Amino acid sequence: MALAHDAPKDSFRLSMLIYDTRYRAITIQVFVLILVAAFFAWLLNNTIENLAIRGKEFNYGFLWQRAGYDIGQQLIPYTNDSTHFRALLVGLLNTLVVAVLGCIFATILGVVIGVLRLSKNWLVSRLMTVYVEVFRNVPVLLWILLAYVILSEVTPSPRDFKAAEGVEPAASMILGETVAVTNRGTNIPAPLVDHSLGGFEIGGIPINFTVLAFVAVLVMSFWANARILTAARLRQEATGDRPTTWWKSLLVLFVPVIALSVILGLHWEIPALAGFNFKGGILVAHSFTALLVALTLYTAAFIAEIVRAGILAISKGQSEAAFALGLRPGRTMQLVILPQALRVIIPPLISQYLNITKNTSLGIAVSYLDLRGTLGGISLNQTGRELECMLLMMAIYLTLSLSISTVMNFYNKSVQLKVR
Amino acid sequence: MTDATHKPFVRTQMLQPSAPPLREAGVVRWLRENLFSSWFNTILTLAGVAVIWLLVSSALPWWLNGVWTAGSLSECREIIAASAGEGASGACWAVVNERWNQFIFGFYPVGLWWRPTLAFALLFAAMGPVLFAGQKRAMLILLGSVAALVLVLVTLAASAVPNEVAKVTDAPFVWKLALALALLTLGAMIVLTVMGSGKLLWFTGLYPALCFWLLWGGPIWVPVGALFGFVLLAGVYAALVKRAGPGLAAGLGLIVALVWWLFLDVPVTVALNEAIPFGLTAVQSDQFGGFLLAITIGVTAITFSLPIGILLALGRQSDMLIVKTLCVGFIEFIRGVPLITLLFTASLLLQYFLPPGTNFDIILRVIILVTLFAAAYLAEVIRGGLAALPRGQYEAADALGLDYWQAQRFIILPQALKVSIPAIVSTFIGLFKDTTLVAFVGLMDPLKGVTQIVRADINWKGIYWEPYIFVGAIFFVICFGMSRYSMYLERKLKTDHR
Amino acid sequence: MKKTYLLGAIAAATMVAGAASAQATLEAVKARGELICGSNTGLTGFGAPDANGTWAGFDVDLCRAIAAAILGDATKVKFVPTTGETRFTALQSGEVDVLIRNSTWTATRDSELALDFVAVNYYDGQGFMVKKDLGVSSAKELDGATVCIQTGTTTELNLADFFKQNNISYQPVTIADDAEGQRQYLAGACDAYTTDASGLAASRATLPDAENHIILPEIISKEPLGPVVRHGDNNWGDIVRWTYYSLLVAEEKGITKANVEEVAASTTDEEVKRLLGTSGDMAVKFGLDADAFKRAILAGGNYGEIFAANIGEGTSINLARGLNALWTQGGLQYAPPFR
Repeated sequence: MALAHDAPKDSFRLSMLIYDTRYRAITIQVFVLILVAAFFAWLLNNTIENLAIRGKEFNYGFLWQRAGYDIGQQLIPYTNDSTHFRALLVGLLNTLVVAVLGCIFATILGVVIGVLRLSKNWLVSRLMTVYVEVFRNVPVLLWILLAYVILSEVTPSPRDFKAAEGVEPAASMILGETVAVTNRGTNIPAPLVDHSLGGFEIGGIPINFTVLAFVAVLVMSFWANARILTAARLRQEATGDRPTTWWKSLLVLFVPVIALSVILGLHWEIPALAGFNFKGGILVAHSFTALLVALTLYTAAFIAEIVRAGILAISKGQSEAAFALGLRPGRTMQLVILPQALRVIIPPLISQYLNITKNTSLGIAVSYLDLRGTLGGISLNQTGRELECMLLMMAIYLTLSLSISTVMNFYNKSVQLKVR
Repeated sequence: MTDATHKPFVRTQMLQPSAPPLREAGVVRWLRENLFSSWFNTILTLAGVAVIWLLVSSALPWWLNGVWTAGSLSECREIIAASAGEGASGACWAVVNERWNQFIFGFYPVGLWWRPTLAFALLFAAMGPVLFAGQKRAMLILLGSVAALVLVLVTLAASAVPNEVAKVTDAPFVWKLALALALLTLGAMIVLTVMGSGKLLWFTGLYPALCFWLLWGGPIWVPVGALFGFVLLAGVYAALVKRAGPGLAAGLGLIVALVWWLFLDVPVTVALNEAIPFGLTAVQSDQFGGFLLAITIGVTAITFSLPIGILLALGRQSDMLIVKTLCVGFIEFIRGVPLITLLFTASLLLQYFLPPGTNFDIILRVIILVTLFAAAYLAEVIRGGLAALPRGQYEAADALGLDYWQAQRFIILPQALKVSIPAIVSTFIGLFKDTTLVAFVGLMDPLKGVTQIVRADINWKGIYWEPYIFVGAIFFVICFGMSRYSMYLERKLKTDHR
Repeated sequence: MKKTYLLGAIAAATMVAGAASAQATLEAVKARGELICGSNTGLTGFGAPDANGTWAGFDVDLCRAIAAAILGDATKVKFVPTTGETRFTALQSGEVDVLIRNSTWTATRDSELALDFVAVNYYDGQGFMVKKDLGVSSAKELDGATVCIQTGTTTELNLADFFKQNNISYQPVTIADDAEGQRQYLAGACDAYTTDASGLAASRATLPDAENHIILPEIISKEPLGPVVRHGDNNWGDIVRWTYYSLLVAEEKGITKANVEEVAASTTDEEVKRLLGTSGDMAVKFGLDADAFKRAILAGGNYGEIFAANIGEGTSINLARGLNALWTQGGLQYAPPFR
């Protein structure tokens, strides 16, 4: 009887690198790796050669030289004596402020429009469809340019606010005489404190204790409020009745902030007409407003579609089941449909947030001095260091995008259905 | 119990139904149900009416007072003031009337307009076999309309007589010959469609070379030489695939083709051109502008980004760690930075990354980077499609004994691509809209580039609404068309029964 | 069919780079049969394409003169529109042969950017335009004003310096291009519009109510605008420089587009003879044909003619010669002798 003998132990042959699936993967990967490494070496070599030819060196020292130009919108103190690095920071903050506000407004507007599009009101649903289609199918660049033109053409000039003898001024301030929209910007009240807590700078990054104090108090308040709500929920689950929490929440959320404001002597500086312009308060330039408005309107159209698709994705059985349980339509939407729709909505929403962040770079069309306008625009132009500026700018945008997607993916994981 | 005199009342015929109450019928009911069903809905309706009224009342006089023929903005203003009274606002469409050619063709020589027109019309014929595969009727309608389009548009464009300034033109018979050839090809395609042949895809394959030749001109041997490389690739693959396996055969074919393109192509085409000189007048790419430029960049990037995107998506799903890491790195990098920085890379940084002294066409550089940009986005879209496939499909393919590429080709990709079609089309729409950003590196895109030179013209200085509205409307038509088509496709391909 | 076109098309098709050597721009231009000139994306009077796509303007005509000098044909120019950001890179990378695009000659640009400014074809300075009813007569009264300014130029540095020196404040409104600046200013989005005085004059001339706008007397900076070439190719710089000077000398000597042939035949002035190539081999020393400078003059006329045709008094831009008059007439335009 011949016993079944072991499989032949084949020795390694060179051809196995190609034909044997066990080794082929390694061959391919090594091959790819060599190609990619060679490619990068080639790029690096070219760059070095090109730099040598132009007599330039790769050096970020220019960041610490005097910038010499002014920036219209600055969230941290900046003058033309500041460094290019400081200008970079101002630009980065300008980018961030548009991105964050754009995300918030676009989400609100998008959800409203998405829900209205499903409304039974014939006129409104048609109007919303027109809105969505018009905004989605035209380049965002056009909306930015148009928003800019409209803002500066339609709004009154500061002179119109002056009351001449016996004549009513042609324009007046809005929101209880606190906000003035002129054709050169929007003047809003500025918060000022009597007793500033001071601040200091680390490596050119300013830290303001006053702002920090407010942020810290707000965070604490929200955290405490969350604790109160959790305690109430636990109690409801344990005993069946829910303790009243609204006055505790109000107390926790508002009293500390108000107290801090009183202690620091917070007051608002209302803009007032003086000379050519409104003085006092904060001037929000139209380039900012135009960019924000256009990005909001454009992205809201996309978010509306995402929300609508998310709601439609929930099967009809869910709302029917909710109605069978006796829930009213409003409660059905709130308790049954939206929580489920949210799971469908969030992943595409993340990419819309990323798009807003990246699209802020289109501020170039209205000369909004964001990161691209300062580091990738004027600084690059004045110093002639394309390579350094562009690489740094890309790295910053990349970091921003990756941070946003990491945070949002984390949130996404927390709301996704947990399958056990 | 019958009583002849006392009959119980029995109705013998049906009464006519009485009319429904006024508020439950006709227009009133429709209004009540659709517009005023609750106080909240009533508010919404009134708000909607107010918005419409606001828009119409502010814009209507402007549209109605529009002027179509004038030599300059000030002339426009005079005409409006004369016709509609002092201080009336009105659109000055005369600027579109005078400069429409630059919005559409950029600086493309007037006498050669028939070429991009023909290329554009044939684009639909080339897309037909892909878009309407297996639908005889749709295909015939498409080909018929393309033929009509070609006949009308090319004749119109060719009759645009070049003036003395831009007297670049082809020999007079060339466009007639091209027209005849194009119609002949379309005729042949119609015949093939009727016969139900799948050979139409050949035209799709040949189209990129044809389009390149029509747009840029030059000797016909250039696209022929480039195509010959693909012929070599296919030939080597077919000859070796049995003996060496698909991977090796494709690799060898690629090497042969590369050798041809890099070393043999140029001398052979030069020699051929000297022997048999035949070609169209060459047009340089800096003369491209307006929608011609946007469509050229858009279509080229779309075409080339799809295969790259598929490869990247497969690489990202791959088991090979290094390949996967590289693909993920590439995709995340491209998706993490704004397109505008990539465009600046094309115009500012490539000079550092390429060997000293290298310099090639800015439009080509932009197209390459836009292609990479679109490919990264497509890769993510297709990855979504791949992830949506049930695991069983992969296992079934393995069970059938298919190797990796066979499984991808016959089982995985057809399903994954089908699932991702709507997202792919919206990526394309996004890409097309993003072509407007090339203005920031000095190219003549329709929205900002051409508008800027028009507004720099002393006659039109100070104009802004009209060119933007004109360009925006064209963008809207194209993008809206694409999105509608994707919705149609989605419905058609839907095979699940939910 | 030209062979160069064929090769160019093939290069594009196969993505093989066409080499543009840093050292021999002249040879490259001659081989290409075409001059590539970096131009503005559109600036009224200085360089913008018309409805036919033909470029015209003050800077454009200098490009044409150079093309005529080298290639004998003023139409053999390709204009590559460049933005504020891309212009110097386009030049450095060899994408354009010469940049004639309202670029201000500064020390930094000459040194750090490895560029050479070879001449000054327009002496400009930064000024302010305001509405008359603003009641301002000097830029120093602009304290607190909103000022429209183009980004990516030297003007924003000058503006910052000026306001700082005078210890007054301003609010910058950055704008992307000249047309946009004019629109913003007109809409009242800014009290003052600042850019090169020539640009201001051009803008003012096209306003519907030009008389209601004034250009303030202060010129806050020197803006010598001129053609730029790559650092290192001296012969090429010389060609651009002396082509420009030939136009100046032509004006000085009264040689115009109309009479240049006649003058060439009849002149007794030795310098004119050398200039027009009827005696000596002045142009040949630059690597050009003997009558190169004559062709340059034939392209668009002498400096004065180019000025008058594009931006001078009588055009709608209506600029006075001012600093750009010849030195013999109290201006700064002065050409070294052709000797």
